[in-house]
Amino acid sequence: MTRNTDTGDDSGDAVTDGGVTEDASESGFSPIAALNDRFGSDFVESSQFWLPPFLLVGLFVYGAIIWNFLISLTDFSGFGNPNYGDLDLEMYTRALAESGFVDAAVNTFILLVGFTLVTLGLGLGLAILVDRNIRFENTFRTIYLLPMSLSFVVTAQFWAWMFNFNNGVINIVISSLGLGRVDWLGNPDIVLWAVMFALMWQFAGYAMVVYLAGLRAIPSEHYEAAKVDGASTVRMYWRVIIPQLKGSTISASVVLMVFALKAFDFLYSLVGGYRPPNGADILATKMVREAYANLNWAYASAIAIALFLMTLGIVGPYLYYQYNRGNL
Amino acid sequence: MSDDARTDGGTVSETSAGASDGALSGVDGYRVLLYLGLLGMLAFFLIPIESGLVTSFKTSSGVTGSLPFAPPTGGTFTLGKWQAAFDALGRGLVNSALYAIPATVISALLGSFAAYGITQSDWKPKYKAPILALFVAGIFIPYQAVLVPLSQFWSMVPIEESLGFLWSLGINDDYVGIVELIVTHVAYGLPICTVLFRSYYKNMSGEMIEAARLDGASIRRIYRRIVLPLSGPMFAVVLIYQFTQIWNDLLFTLVLVQTESSAAAPIVLILAGLGTSLEGQDFALRMAGAFIAALPTLAVYIAFGEEFAEGVAT
Repeated sequence: MTRNTDTGDDSGDAVTDGGVTEDASESGFSPIAALNDRFGSDFVESSQFWLPPFLLVGLFVYGAIIWNFLISLTDFSGFGNPNYGDLDLEMYTRALAESGFVDAAVNTFILLVGFTLVTLGLGLGLAILVDRNIRFENTFRTIYLLPMSLSFVVTAQFWAWMFNFNNGVINIVISSLGLGRVDWLGNPDIVLWAVMFALMWQFAGYAMVVYLAGLRAIPSEHYEAAKVDGASTVRMYWRVIIPQLKGSTISASVVLMVFALKAFDFLYSLVGGYRPPNGADILATKMVREAYANLNWAYASAIAIALFLMTLGIVGPYLYYQYNRGNL
Repeated sequence: MSDDARTDGGTVSETSAGASDGALSGVDGYRVLLYLGLLGMLAFFLIPIESGLVTSFKTSSGVTGSLPFAPPTGGTFTLGKWQAAFDALGRGLVNSALYAIPATVISALLGSFAAYGITQSDWKPKYKAPILALFVAGIFIPYQAVLVPLSQFWSMVPIEESLGFLWSLGINDDYVGIVELIVTHVAYGLPICTVLFRSYYKNMSGEMIEAARLDGASIRRIYRRIVLPLSGPMFAVVLIYQFTQIWNDLLFTLVLVQTESSAAAPIVLILAGLGTSLEGQDFALRMAGAFIAALPTLAVYIAFGEEFAEGVAT
């Protein structure tokens, strides 16, 4: 790590004291050189850039999760301070015994898997359509992606109206086709699928953009080779092109699943309050309701940990995949 | 019209479209089906917006008395709901800008610092991978997992005392939440900003930086003179992405400002409760409100669609 001696002492900045130590280190031990030696060149000098952001993320993200876990072991109600002297797993056993929690966990899982699959499917379909040398490609792409710029709160307003029982577009259309009206948001067996549909509307454009980037990274020879082999278009996509989109599928799935976990904003705005339509409660909504409406903060923290573990189950393998590909 | 506005995107598509052209030219009926599919999807994405737009211009009797996607006719047209929505949301627009703009700028800058620090320091791989993993994982943390400690944390920080000078300028205690929102959004936006900048800096040409280093330039000087001026395109992407995220987020505003009747209530918080009551729902008002709340991010999207797409795709 000799480079530090070149850069250390001429900057005139706060780091120069490092350089001074460096000069003296010829005769003895230099902690800065030792740190640089251990972690990487310029470790100490560059810390003025990375250290403040690292501290912020470390405290607000990882410190907060540990703190959250501690609170989940107390019986904190939200007033005053939690009693950290008396820790147990009571909130977790309570959660597992409560049907409301189990229902919310199951709904979270259904939404997660269902939403991700339908959105990936639609996004891939859109990407293939848009990628076929069409006219007005930019217009199509722009409009397909447009809902992504809206917030959950705005989207929820539109879909509350689309799903309206008496005057909503969907019921008007299906009743004019001679079918009966459906209580999309009021029927507990249906509401989760309705929510999934609205979320798909918002995020299909995102999946399209990811797949489009993936499609355009595939060399044209692959298309030509399939054509020379006499493969039909469907077969070409199924056997040659789609398998090469694995990377796009993986990154898009992770992001979509995390959006599904964040669907709280959507459900809150759909009804303008903490209680989503009956049958659409997910861990994200239950957690916020327990904390800020029911004042069960320790219980809410335990639900938050369950949600965090679900996220970890998704993000952990993703990180491992990225690491193996050399992206970390 | 958006075709004219963003022709630069066209060059990209033309070059790559040539590749797939060979595989699918031929059958005309096929092209017809293709365009039918494209137009059908266009309708799918536009109908909720169109229905919302026409409804926002209807009187209450017009909403119940006409088709949801038909424009208002005769006496059922009114601008009254837009007026009412603007009265309710106007201060929210200002409040949201008060935290969304500073939080966007600060998180982008700090993200650029962190990414530069990581690349500059040339960390050894066995330390670099876990640290980057922590940043990447930070992007995906559900905010619910940190809400309770966050509330606890902010109840312990004496903002009124330390920022009293702001209060003497006529800002009231409600605005404590705005200060909290800035710091919170910066902290939780940092992982994505850092990761975006890091992928950009990783591919940045190292020759100039190496030459500057050999000339004895300090780390700060290299950032200011070389890296920062070259970061423009990535700043555009990050700023647009962050602004959309922060402007659109409901959860933190709900927890840190708490009530839509607060003088500092952000627009999403007011909108979430607008037009919903036990007596019934005012859909015309909700739709007008939705459009007003969406205007800033829609404007950003229409002006910088390419950067927006790049931000979400990365």
